[in-house]
This record gives sequence, structure tokens and C-alpha cells, in this order.
Amino acid sequence: MAVAEHPQSIEEQRRWEGDLDQLRGLVSERAITGETMLLNMGPHHPSTHGVLRLLLELDGEQIVSCLPDIGFLHTGIEKSIEDKSYEKALPLTDRMDYLSPMSNNMAYAAAVEKLLDLDVPERGQIIRVVCLELARCASHLVWLGTHAIDMGAMSVLLYAFRERERILGMFEMLSGQRMMSSYIRPGGVWRDVPDDFLPTIKQFLNDFPYKVDDYEALLTKNPIWKDRAQGVGVIEPDVALAYGMTGPALRGSGVNWDLRKAQPYSGYETYDFNVPLGEHGDVYDRYLIRIQEFRESMKILNQAVARLETVSGPFRSRNNKYCPPLRSELGQSMEAVIHHFKLWTYGYDAPDDEVYNAIESPRGEIGCYIHGTGANKPRRVHFKTPSFIHISALPVVSKGYLLADMVAIIGSVDIVLGDCDR
Amino acid sequence: MGVSSKLGNLGIVTTTVEQAVNHARTGAMWPLLFGLACCAIEYMSSQASSYDLSRFGMELNRATPRQADLLIVSGRLTRKMAPVIRQLYDQMAEPKWVISMGDCASCGGVYNNYAIVQGVDEIIPVDVYIAGCPPRPEQLLHGILTLHEKVKSERIADWA
Repeated sequence: MAVAEHPQSIEEQRRWEGDLDQLRGLVSERAITGETMLLNMGPHHPSTHGVLRLLLELDGEQIVSCLPDIGFLHTGIEKSIEDKSYEKALPLTDRMDYLSPMSNNMAYAAAVEKLLDLDVPERGQIIRVVCLELARCASHLVWLGTHAIDMGAMSVLLYAFRERERILGMFEMLSGQRMMSSYIRPGGVWRDVPDDFLPTIKQFLNDFPYKVDDYEALLTKNPIWKDRAQGVGVIEPDVALAYGMTGPALRGSGVNWDLRKAQPYSGYETYDFNVPLGEHGDVYDRYLIRIQEFRESMKILNQAVARLETVSGPFRSRNNKYCPPLRSELGQSMEAVIHHFKLWTYGYDAPDDEVYNAIESPRGEIGCYIHGTGANKPRRVHFKTPSFIHISALPVVSKGYLLADMVAIIGSVDIVLGDCDR
Repeated sequence: MGVSSKLGNLGIVTTTVEQAVNHARTGAMWPLLFGLACCAIEYMSSQASSYDLSRFGMELNRATPRQADLLIVSGRLTRKMAPVIRQLYDQMAEPKWVISMGDCASCGGVYNNYAIVQGVDEIIPVDVYIAGCPPRPEQLLHGILTLHEKVKSERIADWA
């Protein structure tokens, strides 16, 4: 097999590393003269949670300035969606924020529903809430494990992933895939929950609160953890708002803004839950908030599972112009076959209009903007993703802290590079 | 290994250099602590409690390429990331192996567009390809065991 030439000449290396002159104006003059040190962190670094590159300017161990360099995972998903019909674009959205694909599905599906003026039946909405909250737990579990491992607590990852496997098992039960489920679709969900799903999730809801107690026993009062987390990476509420931060990073600063309460969707207004808020806005508060969100998600899940047992009916819209007919109808109804064929070849026309719809993902507000053309493909799809915004706030959040705190700060705002770069 | 069972009481094992070296190479193959995208999360799942890669001598991920034997390219490789991964590969010491994990790393996957390199083998040589989007941890384990088979079949003549 032919392998590309060794790209190691000095000129070639400079081409992608950049020149010191290019940094003039971005870093302080002290860095140009060599008084402070420029340190390149990433894109290959175990604690940048992916392929984020940070150019840090250090005075001793203290961070003077920080330049995030993104785009190492730019996949062109938004551009690719312009090439696909609305239903077929859905699997691409899974792969943006790969820690909570269900939230991406939901943001996209809800935006398409808004564009088409399509209603979701009640059972479909309940199944969606179950999926979204399970996804929130799964995503926070990865965050917990990796954040702890970044700060030197190795064992938490093993506990967190043990429970995550159970959630992924439930996703597999629903959709046939562990991670990239493409389960939430415009008009409802792909199919009804299987029979063995309810006993499994009940068992999980029974066990999980005790597992959260275990995580707290490992970390919450751990003096090393507190030393690393308390008073580090403080985000003032006005800074958080000015940068447009959302999710636990914003609520850690004490700002009460959760789209599940502020702009309820999928019937969240009918569930009883609290929005945990922090006081200091530091890494420790953001940790506490996510831990409490586990418990709040459990509350929502318990209510949703109870409703799932009583509410029957269709799990997706029966409007067959936009949603495929049931599999069982295909053998009996010619009309169903025609709809099925039309949907999976051409798709459907959406109005020449623009919509924006946002939901609360585990990381914050993920919004989807769709501009239809009147035909079966969108003119433009854009996602407003929390990770991008949180990375843009890293320079102001990290200023003045130590180099070792940078790792804690990156972990605490919980970024996913696929979410940022798309 | 040869007549070892008969001579076990004497504390002597007979084998060939090839077999002994290949046994050592497969028994403690340290992967580079490196992840690109979604597949990296399944890779982490394989490392964690349920699948436990340490059963295959791989619990130790090295964050520096100088100490790593195996590069698992887990995820989509963008054009911006391509020079980085080539440099990481060049910095790894021989002998080194590469597993291309997932559809994106193997052939570009669903992304046939301007941003994605259509397969990591355009940049570095690959030993084992794993299909899946993302592959399950079992598939990754199977890929690793396939690589072990490949390494075990290497001959002295190939080492030069």
C-alpha cells in the first residue's frame, strides 16, 4: 500500500503549527519577546476531551491567556444535511454530540415538526422524555468518569461506565444500537418500547440512586477533590450570560435557566422536578449540579415510566404524509405501501420557511435552525451547540488560574468536540 | 510450547525466538491514549469495567506516542487533524501497529464530503480494519485479537 511521504520538513511543519508573527495581537507582547512561555496543549492530549487544541500563554504556572483552536473534528455535517431529505438527515445528527445522540435527534426532530406543523401523540412524547433523561444520565456518567480521571481519581470511571453500560443496553433494546440510536424521529419515535423494556428500566431506577450515592461517597467530601475543585474556574453570572453559556455551566453560577422549565417541550411542564442551582460558579458547584441532575432525572423517569404504563395509543403521528405507516399495515393496505415507498425514496416537501427550535441537552441549549425550500431538502440547517459557546468562554474563565486547573475547567464545562465542530 | 510440558519439573522451557518475542509483543501491547470522535467513547467503554481490555494486557494507555505500540484510530479523521495523526504515527517507536476503528476511519463512513479524509489508510498504513458506526466493544476486542493473530504469525525475516 502506498503511504504518503513523510511530512516532516521544517516548512511543512510550520504550515500547520503557525508562526510566532501570526500570533501578534492574540497573545501579549511578553510572549513575543519570550518573557512568558507559550505552551501547546492538544490536539492530542488526554484531558482536552477530544481534539481541542489550546495555545496557552504561561507566566510560570499561571495562565495569562488561552487561545482555543477548534475545527479538528469539523465534519461538515450541516453541509451534508443540505444534500439529504429530512428523514435521511437524522442519522447525521446523532454523530454531533456523540455523548447524547438522543438530544440531537430531539432538537432536529422537533425543529422539523415545527416546520411541518406536525403533532406528536402523547405516548410518543412520554417515550421521548424517557430517552432524553436516560441520555442525560449516560452523558453525565461519561462526564463524571472522565472529569474525575482528569483530576486524578482513577476509579470513578470504572463505576460510572458500569452504569452507563446498562443505559446503553436499554438504548439497544429500543433502537438496536448502543450509541447512535436515531430513535427519536420527526413525528414521534421509531417504534414502541419492547415488552422487556419496562422491567429493565424499573430495575435500573431502583438501583441507580444508590450508585449515585456511591459516586458521591468517592468524591463529594474527598479533601483532594475539594482542593482541586473549590474556588477554581469561577464563572461570574454576568460573564456566563454575556457569553451565552447554558446548561449546568450557567446554572452553576446561580442563573435559573433551564429550557425544560423556561420553554417546555415534549410535555416537560407536566413533570415535577427541580432545577438545581449553584452559588459560587466554580468547578465544584458544577460537579454538584450534575450530581443533583442525576437525582432530578430519576424523578422525571419515575413519573414518565408510570405514565408509560397507563397511556396507550400511537407512538408516532399517524399522518402518513410525513411519518411511515406501521409495518403491520404494509401487508394489507395498498395506500400504506404507497406512503412507505414515497417516504423512503423522495421524502416529503417542507414549506419554504425558517424555524428555530431549542432543547435542553445535558450540556446546555442545543438549537436547530432549519430553512426549508418548499421541496424535500433543506436550504440550510444550522445547529447552535453548547460546546462551541463554552469553548469560546474558556479564555476568560481560565485567566489567572494554574495550568493544572485548566484541565479541571475544561472538564467542568463539559465540552464535546463533535458538538463544537460538527 | 514444544516439550515444555515434559520438562516442566526441570524449570526449562524450549521455544523459538520468534514465538517468545511474538508472545511478549501480543501480551502487553500498549495503545496510545488517543481518541477522535464517537468511536473513542466505545473505546473507553472497552477499557472500562464491563469489557476490560486489561484481560489482553492493554490496560495501560500511554499518552505519549514514544511509549505506545498500537495506534487505534477511533473516529472520523478530518483534513485538519490528518497531519497531527501522521506525526503521532511517526513518533511511535518500532514495532508499531495501527487499528482503524469504525467506518469513518476505515473509509470515510457516511461523510463523503470536503472535510473528512476518506480512510486513515491514505495517511498511515493500517493493520486491522473494524467496521461499525461505532463498532461495539466486542468488535473492537475481535479486531485486537485479529491483530494478535497477525503479530503472532510474523517471522524473524520480517523484523529487519
